[in-house]
Amino acid sequence: MNKFTTDRRSLLKGGAGLLAAAATMSGDELLGYAKAWAQTSPWKPEPGAKINLLRWKRFVEAEDVAFMKIVDAFQKANNVTINVSNESYDDIQPKASVAANTGQGLDMVWGLYSLPFLFPSKCVDVTDVADYLGQKCGGWTDSGKAYGMLNGKWIGIPVAATGGLVNYRVAAAEKAGHKEFPKDLAGFADLVKGMNKNGTPAGMALGHASGDANGWLHWALWAHGGKMIDKNNKVVINSPETAKSLEYVKGLYENFVPGTASWNDSSNNKAFLAGQLHLTTNGISIYVTAKKENPQIAEDMNHAHLPPGIDGKTRELHLGFPILIFTFSKYPQTCKAFTAFMLEPDQFNPWIEAAQGYLSHFLLGYDKNPVWTADPKTTPYRSVAQSASTPAGEAQMSENAAAAIADFVLVDMYANYCTGREDTKTAMASAERAAKRIFR
Amino acid sequence: MSTVQTSMPVRAAAAGEPSLWSRLRTSRNWAALWFMLPAAAFLILFLAYPLGLGIWMSFTDERIGREGVFIGLENYQWLWDDAIFWLSVFNTILYTLVASIIKFAIGLYLALLLNRHMPFKAMIRSIVLIPFIVPTVLSAIAFWWIYDAQFSIISWSLIKLGLIEHNINFLGDSNWARGSVIFANVWRGVPFVAITLLAGLQTVSPSLYEAATLDGATNWQRFRYITYPLLTPIIAVVMTFSVLFTFTDFQLIWALTRGGPVNATHLMATLSYQRGIISGRLGEGAAIATAMIPFLLAAIAISWFGMQRRKWQQGSNND
Repeated sequence: MNKFTTDRRSLLKGGAGLLAAAATMSGDELLGYAKAWAQTSPWKPEPGAKINLLRWKRFVEAEDVAFMKIVDAFQKANNVTINVSNESYDDIQPKASVAANTGQGLDMVWGLYSLPFLFPSKCVDVTDVADYLGQKCGGWTDSGKAYGMLNGKWIGIPVAATGGLVNYRVAAAEKAGHKEFPKDLAGFADLVKGMNKNGTPAGMALGHASGDANGWLHWALWAHGGKMIDKNNKVVINSPETAKSLEYVKGLYENFVPGTASWNDSSNNKAFLAGQLHLTTNGISIYVTAKKENPQIAEDMNHAHLPPGIDGKTRELHLGFPILIFTFSKYPQTCKAFTAFMLEPDQFNPWIEAAQGYLSHFLLGYDKNPVWTADPKTTPYRSVAQSASTPAGEAQMSENAAAAIADFVLVDMYANYCTGREDTKTAMASAERAAKRIFR
Repeated sequence: MSTVQTSMPVRAAAAGEPSLWSRLRTSRNWAALWFMLPAAAFLILFLAYPLGLGIWMSFTDERIGREGVFIGLENYQWLWDDAIFWLSVFNTILYTLVASIIKFAIGLYLALLLNRHMPFKAMIRSIVLIPFIVPTVLSAIAFWWIYDAQFSIISWSLIKLGLIEHNINFLGDSNWARGSVIFANVWRGVPFVAITLLAGLQTVSPSLYEAATLDGATNWQRFRYITYPLLTPIIAVVMTFSVLFTFTDFQLIWALTRGGPVNATHLMATLSYQRGIISGRLGEGAAIATAMIPFLLAAIAISWFGMQRRKWQQGSNND
C-alpha cells in the first residue's frame, strides 16, 4: 500500500511536470509571437477570412486544449475566424468526402491515413508550405513525403501520426519468459503463446477497426515479404509470402483473448484498462488514460515496436494525420498560413508535449522534443515516422490504396482465414479479387 | 368526372364553341393538376430524382470528388462474382426473413394481450413503445455493451450463476453475431408491429365476438375466423413496412458490428455504404444499392398481391 502511494505521487509529479512544460508559453506570449509571425509569414491571410476546419475528435484532452490555443492565437493575430468542428475517426471521411463532392462546407480537413489521396484533384498544392517547414524543422521523413506527395507535388501536410505500437504488461511478459521484448517474429509468437498459457492473454483487432486492425495486419504481411501491390500497382497479394503471414497470424489469433474478430478501435483500450488484456497494438492513449485512472497498470506497462520482418526491417502502418486544403476554399492563403503556423516549433513543441506521445512527428527536428525522453515509456513512439509505410507499401500512395484500406481488403483476408471461414488459397484468392476490383 | 359542369353553360353556348382557354378555365381536372403540382414536385425532387440519379450512378465509375464516365454494366459484372456481395445478399435475406417473422409473431401476441381490459392499460401500452422511441443509434450502443466480448452483462451474469465458464463471443462468431443483431432488430421493431396491430384490433366490432361466443366458438375459432380475417389488411400494411425497414436497416448493424465478423453481418445497405462512401467508389456503392430495388419490389408485390386482393374486400366471402 505504501509503495503504491509513492508510485502514484511520482506519477502525479511527472504529470505536473509535463503540464508545466506545455504551459511554458502563456496565452499572451503566444499571441505576441503569433503577431510577430504573421508579419514575416510568406502567406498573407485574406482579410476577414472565415475558415471551417474539421478535425478528428481528440483522444487525449490536453492535446485538444493545446490545439485550440494555437487556433486562438492565430485567429487573434491575423483577425480571421477558424471554426473547428470535431468528428470521430469514422465520420471524418464521409464528411470530408461530401464536402469534396459538393464543393462547399469545409475549407480544411485534418483527417486520417490517406484522406488527400481519395480526392487529390480537390486538394490545394501545398508544396510551398511543405518546403518551408522541411527547411525549418530538420526535413521530412520518407514516410512523411509518402503521405503528403503525389507526383512530386504536396497535396496534404502530414501533421503527425499516432503510432500503432505494442502495448504490453511487463510482469505478464516476464512471466511468459521474455525479460526483454522479443526482437524477431518467432520470439513475438512465443511471447503471445506464453502469455495465453499463463492466463494473461494478448489480443489484437481482427474486426473492422480502421486503425488497429489495418495497422498490425499490414505489418504482418510486410514482415513476411508479402505485398498487396508491387511498385507498378499490380496486385500481387496471392503469393507464398502472404500464405506464410496468414499462417503466422493464425498462430497468434489462436492464442488471443476470444472475441478479437468483433473488435473495433476502442475494444482493446477498454479490455486493457480493465486488466483483461495484457498485450495489444495501440496508440499511447491506453497509457495516458492508465496514468490518470489506473496507475498500477500504467506502472506495469510498456511499449515497443512490432518486431522486424524476416529481412530484418521494421515496416509498420501507423495512423497518419494529414491536413488538406480544399481547392474551393475562398481563403487558401489563410489556410496555408495556419498550416505552417501550427507546425512551427513554437506551437508544435508544446502541442506534442501536451499530446503525451499520442502525436508523433514527421519532421525530423522534433526528435529533440523532451516528451520523448522525459518518460522512457514514450520513447518508442518517437521513431514512429521512421518505421512507417503508407498503405500502398512500395508503390506511390494513391486513391486506390486508400480505398483498399477503407474496404478492409487485408483485414477480411486474415479474418476469413483465422476464423476458419476460408482456407489459405480461397482467402488469398478473394483478397486478390477484391484488390483487383479496386486497382482496376 | 370531367362531365360534371360547374360553369354557366348558357353563356358558353351563346358564344358558340367555347375556346380552349375557357374550357381549361372551367375544367376541374385542369385545376386539380395545379393543386397536385406542389406535391408532385416535392416527390420528384426528393424521391424520384435521387433514385434516378442513384441508378444512373451505378452505371458509371464515379468516385468521390470526381465525375464518373458511363461504363455500362461493369459494376454489376464485378458484383456478380464478388463473394462478399453475395454473402451480403444472403445476410440481408436471412436477416429480413427471420427478424420479420419473429417481429410479426411477438407483435401479434403482444397486440392481442394489450387489447384486453386490464389495469393501467394506457400506461402499459405506452411503455411498449419505448424501444421504438429510443434513437436507433442509442439502442445500438446499449446493445454493443450488452454484447461486448469482454464486458457483456449476459456473459457476466451467466458466469456468476455458474452456468457457463467463458464469455460468450456474441459479435465475434458468425452465427452468434447474426443471432445477436437479429435479436436487437426484433427488440426495436416489435413495438411498431404491436401498436399498429392493436389499432387494427380495436376496429373489430365486439358484437362479432359476442355472436361467435353465443354460437359456442372457442378462443382459437374466434381468432381464426373473426380476428385474423378482419386484421388481414392491417397485417399486409404493417408487414410490408416492417420488411422494408428491416431490409434497408443500416444504423443498427453499422453501430454494432460494421458488418463484421468477417462480413457475416454485412447487409447490402452497409456494404453499399462501405464501398460507396467510406472507400469512395460511389458507382459501385450505387450498384449495390440499386441491386436492392428488385428485392424490395418483390417484397411489396408479395404483400400487396398476396394479402390485399382477397375477395372479402370486394364484399364477398373470404374463402
